[in-house]
Amino acid sequence: MIRAALQAILSHWFRHPMQLATLLAGIALATGLWSAVQAINSEARASYARAAEQLGTAGADRLVPENDFIPLEQYAALRRAGWQLAPVLEGTVRIGRQSFEIMGVDLLSHPLVPALSEAAQLDDATPLDALLPPGRVFAHPETASLVEAANPPFPVTRAEALPRSILVADMSLASRLLRRPDTLSYLLVLPDQVPGLQRLETLAPELTRISAGNASAATARLTDSFHLNLTAFGLLSFAVGLFIVQGAIGLSLEQRRGLIRTLRGLGLPMRLLMMLFAGELAAIALCAGLVGLTGGYFVAAALLPGVSATLAGLYGAPVDGSLSLRPSWALGGMGMALGGTFLAGAQALFALSRMPLLAGPATRARGQQASRSHFLSAITGAVSILLGILVLANFQGLIAGFVFLGGIMLGAALMLPLLISAGLRLGAQLSRNPFGDWLWADTRAQLPGMSLALMALLLALAANIGVGTMVSSFRLTFTGWLDQRLSAEIYVTANSDVQGAELAAWLEQRGVTALPIRRKDIRFKGAPLRVYGIVDDATYRDNWPLLNGLPDVWDQVAAGDGLLVNEQLARRHGLVPGGSLRLSPDWELTIAGVYSDYGNPNGQAIVSLPELLARFPEIPNRQFGLRLPQEKVPDTINSIQETFEIQRENVVDQASIKGRSLAIFDRTFVITAALNLLTLGVAAFAMLSSLLTLWSQRLPQLAPVWAMGLTRRQLALAEVLRSVLLAALTAVLALPLGLVLAWALLAVVNVEAFGWELPMHLFPADWLRLFLLAILAAVLAAALPARRLSKLDPAELLKVFANER
Amino acid sequence: MNAKLALAFALSLWASAASPQSYAGLGTEAEGFAIPQRGNLLNFPGDHGAHPDFRIEWWYLTANLEGVDGRSYGVQWTLFRSALAPADAEGWQSPQIWMAHAAATSPTRHLFAERLARGGVGQAGVIAEPFEAWIDDWQMRSEGNSLEKIRVTASDHAFSYDLKLQADGPIVLHGDKGYSVKSASGQASYYYSQPHYQVTGTLSLPDGPVDVTGHGWLDREWSSQPLAEDQSGWDWFSLSFDSGEKLMGFVLRGDSGNFTSGTWISKDGGAEPLAPGSFQAKPLEFSQVNGRGIPTRWQASLPEKGVSVDVQALNPQSWMGTSFSYWEGPVSVTGSHSGKGYLEMTGYE
Repeated sequence: MIRAALQAILSHWFRHPMQLATLLAGIALATGLWSAVQAINSEARASYARAAEQLGTAGADRLVPENDFIPLEQYAALRRAGWQLAPVLEGTVRIGRQSFEIMGVDLLSHPLVPALSEAAQLDDATPLDALLPPGRVFAHPETASLVEAANPPFPVTRAEALPRSILVADMSLASRLLRRPDTLSYLLVLPDQVPGLQRLETLAPELTRISAGNASAATARLTDSFHLNLTAFGLLSFAVGLFIVQGAIGLSLEQRRGLIRTLRGLGLPMRLLMMLFAGELAAIALCAGLVGLTGGYFVAAALLPGVSATLAGLYGAPVDGSLSLRPSWALGGMGMALGGTFLAGAQALFALSRMPLLAGPATRARGQQASRSHFLSAITGAVSILLGILVLANFQGLIAGFVFLGGIMLGAALMLPLLISAGLRLGAQLSRNPFGDWLWADTRAQLPGMSLALMALLLALAANIGVGTMVSSFRLTFTGWLDQRLSAEIYVTANSDVQGAELAAWLEQRGVTALPIRRKDIRFKGAPLRVYGIVDDATYRDNWPLLNGLPDVWDQVAAGDGLLVNEQLARRHGLVPGGSLRLSPDWELTIAGVYSDYGNPNGQAIVSLPELLARFPEIPNRQFGLRLPQEKVPDTINSIQETFEIQRENVVDQASIKGRSLAIFDRTFVITAALNLLTLGVAAFAMLSSLLTLWSQRLPQLAPVWAMGLTRRQLALAEVLRSVLLAALTAVLALPLGLVLAWALLAVVNVEAFGWELPMHLFPADWLRLFLLAILAAVLAAALPARRLSKLDPAELLKVFANER
Repeated sequence: MNAKLALAFALSLWASAASPQSYAGLGTEAEGFAIPQRGNLLNFPGDHGAHPDFRIEWWYLTANLEGVDGRSYGVQWTLFRSALAPADAEGWQSPQIWMAHAAATSPTRHLFAERLARGGVGQAGVIAEPFEAWIDDWQMRSEGNSLEKIRVTASDHAFSYDLKLQADGPIVLHGDKGYSVKSASGQASYYYSQPHYQVTGTLSLPDGPVDVTGHGWLDREWSSQPLAEDQSGWDWFSLSFDSGEKLMGFVLRGDSGNFTSGTWISKDGGAEPLAPGSFQAKPLEFSQVNGRGIPTRWQASLPEKGVSVDVQALNPQSWMGTSFSYWEGPVSVTGSHSGKGYLEMTGYE
């Protein structure tokens, strides 16, 4: 019996292969996009964790100073109080022509030492020779080659276990290279402490203890926003995919009503029938999930390099470009496929279980029943929007921003059927002939079957408008900011300080203003802070992109009393003009102004150059911004190269730098654009599958109209028109939703995620393009059913009057 | 302290500085380090401090203690200095490395701990006057100005101690006025002791704190080439007899025969260097300690003073499983003389 029943149930798919394909594709798409995003996220997170682990800092709390300086005596004092601490000194060193991040550790106490020691032994070196001049540097093989190419005055040991991009050395060498013999950057609190020690808060109140989780998750926290963003996209795609699945499942059950009645008439118990259907769904979900996972893996692998570039560009976070297959990810993906399928099929299965034994196979009575459900769904939607607004009004932070977005998006989607229905009712009043009346009414009657696909389209369109507006606004602001920020005509980097001085003198002779670009990397409250020293020049006064400042901002900076901070630093620490900032224990300055600094994850400050040099006389003097008339630029570049033998890449004109910056910017948002496009594609597919689903049911409705004299061609055209009408209404409603989304991204999410607020710009041309795209999708989606209709054998239409169906 | 770390770095360090096998590799060349010279008079308090020109140096305190609970205890506090290169430098550039061992021994327990530190940054060091030797929060410091009255503290997870030591006798110079010969071929060190400490204080073990009293013995030694090429380790005895006399004797085990020497210390603290070969010690009983057989009962004799004693470990399991490992623990003495003391045995790998 079971076998026969199963055969009967499954035979449906042989007769409707397209429906099966739709169902499989829906599940696969939902699973695939979701899994792709998860794979990218987990790969990136694993990368951060690996970096922390590789640096031996994963399990240890940190003691960080307010700025980058812990006096050596303080370290000794804490040690003498019994605390087991590992000192760390960080900074940037120049070896040859390249800069490297270096981490100095005490090779007797740092948790990283066993790994280094192993590497050193492989190198046939006595580990302890790293403590004696000339010292020894440990680096990842790739980094080591770069260092060795510069002929450093010390040996380099290759250590696979180290992350790229950082050199590790004993304190003796690191403190020599960084010229910081008596200060430390931070202290690691080693896990194994003797009990009963005096509390660190009492011993060193000026140091902040950052717990191991937070310290190693510093990068992860910084990039959380980005991953949350991706997750939101993944969920959106998943939801859109599920709309397809729900439609397909509902239809497949509806079309098998006759079969179900027969099977039950033959004595098959309802419970068994339900189990068979559930088993069928599970099998389909597993197959499709597998396909989705495979696809997701490839999508992730294709997108990961872009994500790496984004993360490196935005946050300086290291992510390897390769993807590894994690079992937890595969299991999670299959779980989502199964869960999603049953979620989507739940309503249809439930309705089936409640069906009276002899219920006829008639199609659902749409109409009045639908309008009631529209109303309910709209109320739920309104509540959802209200909740989103309440959360945003009462809570701060990124999560609140996303909850708001989620509430608005879900709410709008739920309100969509009612809104479209109202729109169609209004439209119906425009109708002047019976065909028009029928078209409007029939469109409204179709709405229940189409509403899920339309919701998917709404979400996809709104996401496109919102994210597109955000990215374009960002780009516009960024371009304008580049114009202000890069005001010099040429940027030169000399090979040495001596050459730098010669270059400056040479330029002065030629009447070219050379603005030195000199900086010192320090730390402020445990985070990197780059301090630029500037000379007083009209270039800055006229062009610098100040957001706000004291009236005499530039005079204050020039006098050495004030400093400028970037927006990120100001937001992070609540700094306002007029307040003060302590850069080192004996150097406190008034905050004269705040400037915008896009694309930089770290804090930055600007002070008067003489003041900076008084404190850090060793700062290199190699970079200059040159002011000169535009027409002299090519000649000047040539003569600088000829006179000073500076490589081409170190003499750059403004346009090239801007080009490079914009290229980096665009690369950063490649993934966003890709996900946007994929979501829209899924939505278009949802429409197609809904229309395909509906078309076979519509014969009973079309046949009478055909019988009254409309040609099949006219009917087909009406199909396309109807689809376009619905898509157009949806697109119009998507616009305000998209703009709200853009606002939330710019004013809430960006501020939380990156530390800068961006002005919103509107791009009607993009909207128009998107609107046309939606119409095109609607035409394409309707084309296949319409074509079938126009080619339909009139006998099929006649059968409607003969058959029950 | 990360045990692996200590193994990784300290092993090679202390192996080269103190363990005989690797020491042989270094040869007898002092590689630019200062070498002890006969006839060089020790100078106090200056010589209580560090001698960075020499390769290796230690401040080595052992104490036989009696608890108010009637049990016998032993305590060790040692600070080693090892120079990777001669002379000193400021801050992180200093080639000096410090290591300390602390131990507390009862008949049933032997607890020990280790600390490592860089020289030059204040984490560890020794100041001659007022005397202070420290690494992290472990310290040995003068309560006045000299070595006469000192306070010694150390603590770790399972034990800690805080002891006050008062000397009731003079400093003893070993060998020829502090020039102590360590092999037939002439390797030598500077070596003096303060063996006359009366100790009071508190010893905290996992069972709880116990007040203790007893006798302490401080050894000071520095050199650049303490062992000859063929020497594989030593057995070192510091014995305090109930008669008030004391005996320091050591056996340096070598392929071409053992080298023994020592000092007889009279009741009033007068020192009498022993001629090579006059002190003898032979194992009576071996115990299985940390996977190796270690002599934990000895027959020690010094015929010229009528000494023939049975030296028995209080706790045979007094293994110092530190990065440079050895056996060190309190002993009891019976036979021609009775008393207590400390025994150190190295090179039983």
